[in-house]
Amino acid sequence: MSLQTEDAVKSRASEDSLIRQPFSARLGHVVKSQAMQIVLVWLAIVVIFSVLSPGAFLDIANFRNIAISVSILAILGVGTTFIIVTGGIDLSMGSVLVFSGVVGSMVMENVGDGEGWGVAIAGILAALVSGLCWGLLNGFLVAKAKVPPMIVTLGTFGAALGLSQVLTSGIDLRAAPEVLVDSVGFGSLFGVPSLVIIATTVVIFGIILLNHTRFGLRTSAVGSNAEACRRVGINVDRQLIKVYALAGLLAGLAGVLNLSFFRSTTIAGHSLTNLDVIAGVVIGGTSLFGGIGTVFGTLVGLFIPATLRNGFVILGVEPYWQQVVVGAFLVGAVYVDQTRRAANSRGTTRESLYKRIFHRTSSTNNNRKES
Amino acid sequence: MTTPIYEARDIVRTYGSVRALEGANFDVYPGEISALIGDNGAGKSTLVRILSGADQANSGEILFNGEPISLDNPTDARGRGIETVFQDLALANHLNPIQNMYLGRELMKPGILGTLGFMQRGEMRNEGKAAFSALGATVRDFSGPVGGMSGGQRQAIAVARAAAWASEVIFLDEPTAALGVVQTKGVMDLIRRIRDKGIAVVLISHSMPHVLDVADRVHVLRHGKRVAVMDAKKTNVEELVGAMTGALDGKEAA
Repeated sequence: MSLQTEDAVKSRASEDSLIRQPFSARLGHVVKSQAMQIVLVWLAIVVIFSVLSPGAFLDIANFRNIAISVSILAILGVGTTFIIVTGGIDLSMGSVLVFSGVVGSMVMENVGDGEGWGVAIAGILAALVSGLCWGLLNGFLVAKAKVPPMIVTLGTFGAALGLSQVLTSGIDLRAAPEVLVDSVGFGSLFGVPSLVIIATTVVIFGIILLNHTRFGLRTSAVGSNAEACRRVGINVDRQLIKVYALAGLLAGLAGVLNLSFFRSTTIAGHSLTNLDVIAGVVIGGTSLFGGIGTVFGTLVGLFIPATLRNGFVILGVEPYWQQVVVGAFLVGAVYVDQTRRAANSRGTTRESLYKRIFHRTSSTNNNRKES
Repeated sequence: MTTPIYEARDIVRTYGSVRALEGANFDVYPGEISALIGDNGAGKSTLVRILSGADQANSGEILFNGEPISLDNPTDARGRGIETVFQDLALANHLNPIQNMYLGRELMKPGILGTLGFMQRGEMRNEGKAAFSALGATVRDFSGPVGGMSGGQRQAIAVARAAAWASEVIFLDEPTAALGVVQTKGVMDLIRRIRDKGIAVVLISHSMPHVLDVADRVHVLRHGKRVAVMDAKKTNVEELVGAMTGALDGKEAA
């Protein structure tokens, strides 16, 4: 718009100052972002538990336990973040994890003598391919068959778990080469557990992929406005299939880690994993409506429930309370997301909850006076 | 003005028993704003869809620079420098103006990094800003999501995006339908600047005063045919409405 209103001139000046001080401007952006707010919430939880139990909670070994418990969920969380950014949802990842572990374990049991790196690699590849196949199936059904993602992944959630039970007759497999268990499951490098190293690598990969590559940009764009993408010639269906395939592949990787760590396919152990992961993604600020989300936020969103669970155990609080608190967090995070979205669409800053409730009661009071 | 840059001859398009276009003609010259008007159902949208590659005609000829061409999809049209701004904007609201401008045409880094999917974000930001300012589209915030911007800002971004890529022809479908007076003026000025770059502008609008204000020629569609082509400086709202509704015998189109 060519009209040089005073306002426009002013904002141009501020734009220039933004260019001159990119770092401080960026810092302001980061602090205001929801991912950063959620980091502060996590830090507050850490401080509270540290004060209440300085000896047991504030301890390197304890933090290592928390990090290990988050590792597998974080790998699932990276894929799920991408899916939710497209405006979809994935309920199947826990079952795909189990299925991949089952296939991997069966391959490792039946190849050669069942020990050594050759066998381990064959099993890892089998697990990754299994996860990828489920992801491709999800993606194909969502993109081409136009079945809603919730229904598709609810279907594959049941199907992958059922097939795992068919393959194993419902009895957990425990076959995994010692080298895999020793290196991946319980190994560590410079004191950092392998699980944490692998999960960190995947998270960094996810952050770079979402923020710096065309794939990430198009993932956001598809979730923001699929029709706009079609009009500029982006193959929306292919992008969706790629995103679901990526999530499936990561679920396969999580299956390998799960098998190496627990030395079991944990068939019955992942029926609620999908909800834990989705809760983490949403707490981390990714919008369930698509278009916007961060992998880093998901990581922090997964750390909050894990830290609460850990802290409650140390304090001797009944662990059931953890579910109550996480539930409250989830609702709170979505509330913040909603108000931010509403503020964005109005183009205004968001009103506080307090202000809105207060305003509403005062206006009803006025109405009462009038009548 | 010798050959039209873009011309449609005897375009027929039927949907089942509905005849949307019955031998419609249309032409536009470089550096000219051609307005396309007509009552609801006259075939404006169908004609634009066909000329932008989003739909195919049953019969008829499309000439680009005097050469017959066929467009299978919008990408074909864009490849020839023909851009379209649809009525409902088609911006991705969560992305910023620069990301929207380069959506589907991202500049990739050279070599292996580009193959891995890394983009030249600095280049896109600089060139995008330059493109917006070259058109005089004052975008206040290049790093915020366009969803948080005003309707006028978003329309300016959508039009500027198309103009930045259109080297030959740009179709604007009701670009000011949802805008206020000041914002409309801004978009109209933007349209004039696009014309001044030598691009052929096709403006589809219901607003007669805007059409008369900005257009060089006005094409009137009725019942799937072009019934009149008027010089915008020598006509008025009554004459246009007369041609649209058939109350007046317009100057029959060639």
